Amino acid sequence: MSMKNKPIRSGMVERQPMLDLLAHAILIVGLVVVALPIWITFVGSTHTLDAIIASPMPIWPGGEFLANYSQVLGEGGTSGTRAPVGRMLGVSLTIALLIATGKIILALISAFALVYFRFRFKQVVFWLIFITLMLPVEVRISPTYKIVSDLGMLNSYAGLTLPLLASATATFLFRQFFMTVPDELVEAARIDGAGPMRFFWDVLLPLSKTNIAALFVIMFIYGWNQYLWPLLVSTEEKYYPIVIGIKQMIAAESQIEWQLVMATAMLALIPPVLVVVLMQRWFVKGLVDAEK
Amino acid sequence: MEKRVTFLHLQLPWLLLAPQIGIVLVFFFWPAGQALYQSLLLEDAFGASREFVGLDNFKALWNDPTYLGSFKTTAFFSTLVAVIGLSLSLLLAVCANRILRGANFYKTLLITPYAVAPVVAAVLWMFLFNSSFGVLTHVLRIVGVDWNYALNGTHAMSLIVTAAVWKQISYNFLFFLAGLQSIPRSLIEAASIDGASPLRRFWTMTFPLLTPTTFFLLVINIVYAFFDTFAIVDATTHGGPGKDTAILVYRVYYDGFKAQDLGGSAAQSVILMAIVVVLTFVQFRYVEKKVNYA
Repeated sequence: MSMKNKPIRSGMVERQPMLDLLAHAILIVGLVVVALPIWITFVGSTHTLDAIIASPMPIWPGGEFLANYSQVLGEGGTSGTRAPVGRMLGVSLTIALLIATGKIILALISAFALVYFRFRFKQVVFWLIFITLMLPVEVRISPTYKIVSDLGMLNSYAGLTLPLLASATATFLFRQFFMTVPDELVEAARIDGAGPMRFFWDVLLPLSKTNIAALFVIMFIYGWNQYLWPLLVSTEEKYYPIVIGIKQMIAAESQIEWQLVMATAMLALIPPVLVVVLMQRWFVKGLVDAEK
Repeated sequence: MEKRVTFLHLQLPWLLLAPQIGIVLVFFFWPAGQALYQSLLLEDAFGASREFVGLDNFKALWNDPTYLGSFKTTAFFSTLVAVIGLSLSLLLAVCANRILRGANFYKTLLITPYAVAPVVAAVLWMFLFNSSFGVLTHVLRIVGVDWNYALNGTHAMSLIVTAAVWKQISYNFLFFLAGLQSIPRSLIEAASIDGASPLRRFWTMTFPLLTPTTFFLLVINIVYAFFDTFAIVDATTHGGPGKDTAILVYRVYYDGFKAQDLGGSAAQSVILMAIVVVLTFVQFRYVEKKVNYA
């Protein structure tokens, strides 16, 4: 069996080369399963539609890479939606950046207020923010949609991002971190005659850099991958993020243009995957911290 | 919790909190209240008439076999996603924790699905499992399975479970790996000296020590399967064939936006909120234990 134990790095526990080999074998199978859909998607994005729908479809890349990608980026598909993917990437990037920075700014200043000030109803505020954890957009969808529509915010970046900006997780993460910042720093700042905002900018923000980076990775992916909300709020193609573009392309009544859908899927997954892989250290920290 | 040393200011804290409180009130509490209120009303699709009907919307759901069916579908789906996802990730984490060489390489590749949007994950697997030309469909045909997820409920369920598990493996893997790495090596060495076999050491020591992580991940996976998989269902099966993959979140959306049954959809929202409240409570009740390992 494969269920094995802790790494055996000292001489105290016996090394078992066969089991190590088995561990590698299992991991390689795992990697193949993880990579297979991405590989086949890439393959699909380099063929003509005719080549794909000939059963079985090819499993090695073809020669249509440039043709397919330049068509989706510049002109978009011809079935479902004709929105160019280049523009959709811009919309996705805007949404992801607005959500990530917005959430982090709101969380930072709220946590600062909760930790460094004494005021009435602090507990009430704390609970107000805490309860939002229990109200994901999926459970309040129709009434939230109605409010956004009444406020005239359908098809706008405000409508796409504002209802997602509150973040209990990020607020509590910063709150916990601020609690570990030594009180002496406040005292020193006071002696220097620095006011609260000065302290926030000059002391607290620089100390929070790591946490900000970690949260940014998590929130960027959260924003980039938003689906249900833009599905309702973006009815004009101008505001389609790329994930909605894909959905429209596969919802076509006519023959789905798989080669273009696959090119679009590759373009949709490359930016967040790059963020995770390149910022891996921050990503892992953000993920683990956010759940504490 | 607050600092011993604080700043004295009356307006500033409120000014700092205003944006977050504003958003919370307008986009969270107001709609949640509306959902509660609407769940007690019967409204026509154009909002021309509304009538207070008390708990009738809930009674209607209770008497609707398809809604109860949707509950069962969701429970079945979440169980599969959680059990399959956790087992596979634990297996991979144990292997990655054992080997000396290449652990980082495996780790980097295994965490990539986390970054892929659920709808993209769905489209990827839908392509592999396409009923006419899919690569895996072809393999299944060779072994004698006539695969067609558009017609066969079991196939449709398998497709959405696969896509959902694939996406969640990264998350589970990272937490299991962190849990495994926090187990003191001296414990394992002691067991090894006592002559316990690797398999026995896993079941009698490692696995019990991982319980807090496993429990935490179980809750997270159930929440994930309940709420974050909407895109997967919406892109691949639309709840079909029939209602075989119509999970609760898909029903709320479908009844509210496609079928225009506002009261019914609101009542479903209220039920979902109750479920989230329970899950959040369970999660925080055990948060103390979890932090030791996560």
